[in-house]
Amino acid sequence: MNTQVSIAGVTFKNPVMTASGTFGSGMEYSEFVDLNKLGAVVTKGVANVPWPGNPTPRISEVYGGMLNAIGLQNPGIDVFLERDLPFLAKYDTRIIVNVCGHSISDYVEVTERLGDHPEVDMLEINVSCPNVKEGGISFGQRPEALEEITKEIKAHAKQPIILKLSPNVTDIAEMARAAESAGADALSMINTLTGMKIDIHKRTFALGNKTGGLSGPAIHPVAVRMVYQAAQAVKIPIIGMGGISSAEDAIEMLLAGATAVSVGTMNFIDPYATEHVIQGIWDYMSEEGIEDIQTLIGAVSER
Amino acid sequence: MKRKEEAVVLSQREISSGIYDMWIETKLAEQAKAGQFIVLYPKDRSLLMPRPISICEVDGYKRSIRIVYRVVGDGTREFATYQEGDVIDIMGVLGNGYNLKAAKGKKVLLIGGGIGIPPLVELAREMALMSSKLMIGNTIEIVSALGYRDSDTFLRTDLEAYSRVYVATEDGSTGARGTVMDAIEDFDIKADMIFACGPLPMLRSVKQLALEWDVPAYLSLEEHMACGIGACLGCVVKTTQPDAHSHVNNARICTEGPVFEAREVEI
Repeated sequence: MNTQVSIAGVTFKNPVMTASGTFGSGMEYSEFVDLNKLGAVVTKGVANVPWPGNPTPRISEVYGGMLNAIGLQNPGIDVFLERDLPFLAKYDTRIIVNVCGHSISDYVEVTERLGDHPEVDMLEINVSCPNVKEGGISFGQRPEALEEITKEIKAHAKQPIILKLSPNVTDIAEMARAAESAGADALSMINTLTGMKIDIHKRTFALGNKTGGLSGPAIHPVAVRMVYQAAQAVKIPIIGMGGISSAEDAIEMLLAGATAVSVGTMNFIDPYATEHVIQGIWDYMSEEGIEDIQTLIGAVSER
Repeated sequence: MKRKEEAVVLSQREISSGIYDMWIETKLAEQAKAGQFIVLYPKDRSLLMPRPISICEVDGYKRSIRIVYRVVGDGTREFATYQEGDVIDIMGVLGNGYNLKAAKGKKVLLIGGGIGIPPLVELAREMALMSSKLMIGNTIEIVSALGYRDSDTFLRTDLEAYSRVYVATEDGSTGARGTVMDAIEDFDIKADMIFACGPLPMLRSVKQLALEWDVPAYLSLEEHMACGIGACLGCVVKTTQPDAHSHVNNARICTEGPVFEAREVEI
């Protein structure tokens, strides 16, 4: 059986990746998961300088999911290149670095620095984080802004770029087309849905940031719908994510049109989740007599 | 090595109103130390996050860990229903323990408030054990100051096995009236170093006390967590110096903590 997939000329041994921000730099989860088994590790967002992130509480559980407002705390590109990248490069897995910034020039700076490191296979451009005041989602909610940043980063990138799209938009197909027309090599979707929780006993917001990003099983059907709509609208490959907690969820994403999938919040609930999803896909292919995983991509049919 | 594994409930009882005392059998006991914690996974699939709970006592020979927790929500409400023989998912052992070696030859004050008291039991037990093996002049004198709501003074006798215990109650029914800080003042307690676990206002007062006394104080902190292993950056505390891992003034409570020296953190 073939589980290999290809995105923008980069091949992956299987389509299962880690969603940015849920897997650190891979180091923490390497105590639980054999990183060599993963299609790719997608790192936590990396900015040009260290970011302190948001005030606590940053996490709140909600029914069937969670809200987070970490605010992209990260040690910056220097530490990433010195410490995290050499660690990841020891493993036989693809490395996708999530790039974040407050301004286009921040993104470009990180993109250029990463361009000197061929062990980085792809860049994922975070234009969809709902938890930072400048940058992040502000580039990902208007097609014109998305086009502008995509063109600018593409002009400076040595690796293929993946634009990570926000679900907090009216028309996801329009955003997908904007990224594609501006030169994106692939899309990843969805980032978290902006949410809010109120503590009725303290009568305060549950999160220090008031709002946070909703993730987890609760958002999976929204993600499947958006991946399907985007896949209908563009030709570039899509990495599907949003509440994937099982092989079934992952296969749904492939059938909806995703070429690969990322496991995110489920890592917190089961540190072995990525391995379980990979094994489950393998079992499904065996049981269903599917020789090549690529035949599943976009293979959903009308009833 | 951190692991997620199945543990078996050996016993459980309610030792005070809404406070449960559970022993579980797990190989993680072989490596567990005072001040560390484990997480328990609710069986209810709508409750996603593992619940961090401090270790109250360890029995390495019997491969068992004791946890004492308060029912505060749906997750702990589920845990309270577990009975002998039930199998539960846990992960551990997480975080760094208390720095016991720093206590050698000192008079140590353990300050606990409410549901912050449980980890002090294992701390006192390990310190008493260590002290029994130390040369005269290098032994550890342990004193505990515990704060409760009322005369329902859970775990008091456990700490009395290893230390002299002073108590404060909010309603004044036992010991000093007020908080544990009132007990320290009323009973004129003094010490060379402090270990503390309890609510944030208490920890702030303990930090103030440590600065006044000019003694080290190790505080056990808590915060909402998601992963428990240092990946999500949910459970951070502000630090006075840039943290070696994050390179900003935020340390991960689950990984660099949960125990911090009072001067290292801005609480």
